[in-house]
Amino acid sequence: MATRQTQSLAKLMRAPAIILLLIWMIVPLGMTLYYSFLNYNLLNPASTSWAGFFNYKYFYTDPAFWESIWNTLVLVLGVLLITVVGGILIAILIDKPIFGQGIVRILVISPFFVMPPVAALIWKNMIMHPSYGVFADIAKFFGMQPVDWFAQYPLFSIILIVAWQWLPFATLILLTALQSLDGEQMEAAEMDGAPALQRFIYLTLPHMARAITVVVLIQTIFLLGVYAEILVTTNGGPGNASTNLTYLIYRAARLNFDIGGAAAGGIIAVVLANIVAFFLMRAVGKNLD
Amino acid sequence: MARAVSRNTRIGWTIAAWFVALLIFFPILYAIITSFKTEQEAIAGFDLIPSFTLESYREVQSQFNYFRPFMNSVVIALGSTVLALIVAVPAAWAMAFSPTKRTKDILMWMLSTKMMPAVAVLVPIYLIFLKTGLMDTRIGLVLVLMLMNLPIVVWMLYTYFREIPGEILEAARMDGATLGQEIVHVLTPMAVPGIASTLLLNVILAWNESFWTIQLTTTNAAPLSAFIASFSSPQGLFWAKLSAASVMAIAPILIMGWFSQKQLVRGLTFGAVK
Repeated sequence: MATRQTQSLAKLMRAPAIILLLIWMIVPLGMTLYYSFLNYNLLNPASTSWAGFFNYKYFYTDPAFWESIWNTLVLVLGVLLITVVGGILIAILIDKPIFGQGIVRILVISPFFVMPPVAALIWKNMIMHPSYGVFADIAKFFGMQPVDWFAQYPLFSIILIVAWQWLPFATLILLTALQSLDGEQMEAAEMDGAPALQRFIYLTLPHMARAITVVVLIQTIFLLGVYAEILVTTNGGPGNASTNLTYLIYRAARLNFDIGGAAAGGIIAVVLANIVAFFLMRAVGKNLD
Repeated sequence: MARAVSRNTRIGWTIAAWFVALLIFFPILYAIITSFKTEQEAIAGFDLIPSFTLESYREVQSQFNYFRPFMNSVVIALGSTVLALIVAVPAAWAMAFSPTKRTKDILMWMLSTKMMPAVAVLVPIYLIFLKTGLMDTRIGLVLVLMLMNLPIVVWMLYTYFREIPGEILEAARMDGATLGQEIVHVLTPMAVPGIASTLLLNVILAWNESFWTIQLTTTNAAPLSAFIASFSSPQGLFWAKLSAASVMAIAPILIMGWFSQKQLVRGLTFGAVK
């Protein structure tokens, strides 16, 4: 079927996408790598000089860097924990024979379509505001002192917002996996008198294992890049308490004009993302065959 | 599903599910309610019944010229998606119908470009934009978002095209169809649903993108994500107005999203979960 002519036509059809992505990947990354070895500050570009590994060393010895790595880790793991556990429970709940399942689904997935700045500002102002937010109203109703969430628990507040945004994604994918579960097998187990918890552990969970893996890996890629939620709520503070690696690099590049330092941070971010990507590619690659 | 469930059990699950669903939806619902309040009502404590004023919607337009970021969002989201489709349709087509030994590797490599953290290339892209005058232009953002979403577009199209049976092509060829006829009469009708789904998901992704839009615009080309982010201090925009601006920013995409649940799973898991 594949004549030489169609083969060369196919090559021509593939070429633009491949060339564009090749440029998009190599040129900026190459520039980042180059800048990471320079003393280059936009406030004083005339005194640009070769820096060797200084920028990397600077990052490595800066306490803010390690704090940001720790915050990134807590943010990613915290959101994953909430969304995966919550997603499993909600998916099971929606999968039950309930009235109005379609509408319930729509309500549950909605937060995913809310752009990050809007999501973060709604939570910051209308839900978690220390004097006018709904949480404060609830606290006052029970005669308690309202909590100033973003000042006292900045990282937790951001985890809560980001988890709200990603819970629908986890739920939707786990629900899709759940609905392909063999009903007869489940019924047989039920007839044999296996209790609900055992059916969940030995039938449901293994069936969902692949979907859970995919959720964890894809979310991790996106969660490493959380940015707008931090920008509009805490600005990374107080201090560096809610600064993740993405935000730290943004600050170095845009607020301190430290091109060399930001580039070195960018390379570190690439290395981190690649470790995750490696596992994701293996999971997805298996499915291609 | 087929099992007989007692009515009481069903009602119990229904109540539980609706409770959770409303809890999750509540922040959006509350923003919608607040957008119909006056500014005084908005900070007057918990109240689910607004006075149904449209004042905030009017104010957002008259004070902040809301129409401009809205149109920027439309142009940038649609432009980047259409441009990506123009590049991706032929590529995905070729990979689905004339696969070579390397096709799988190329696809995996494309996917890997999506793993690159945006912030890693912030410095070069920002400097390139400054030097070429692309800063704060719609065309600049269209280009960046197009490149950013291109791998997902190729992948989604590829998984859809692969489901078109190859025998149909062979049959058309046996009947003497030229390549042009084959594309117009046989493949296009079968490919349109997949292309439409891909378009839908990518408009959603581009509309909500909030890293590059904030980095690469100031006022002229700022789409809604950058516009709303600029009101992060409560002094900038009061809550009823913030809610009105937010509701208008998310409403179109929320409705599109409801219709694209299946494509969402497929597109964002690169076909790993169907």
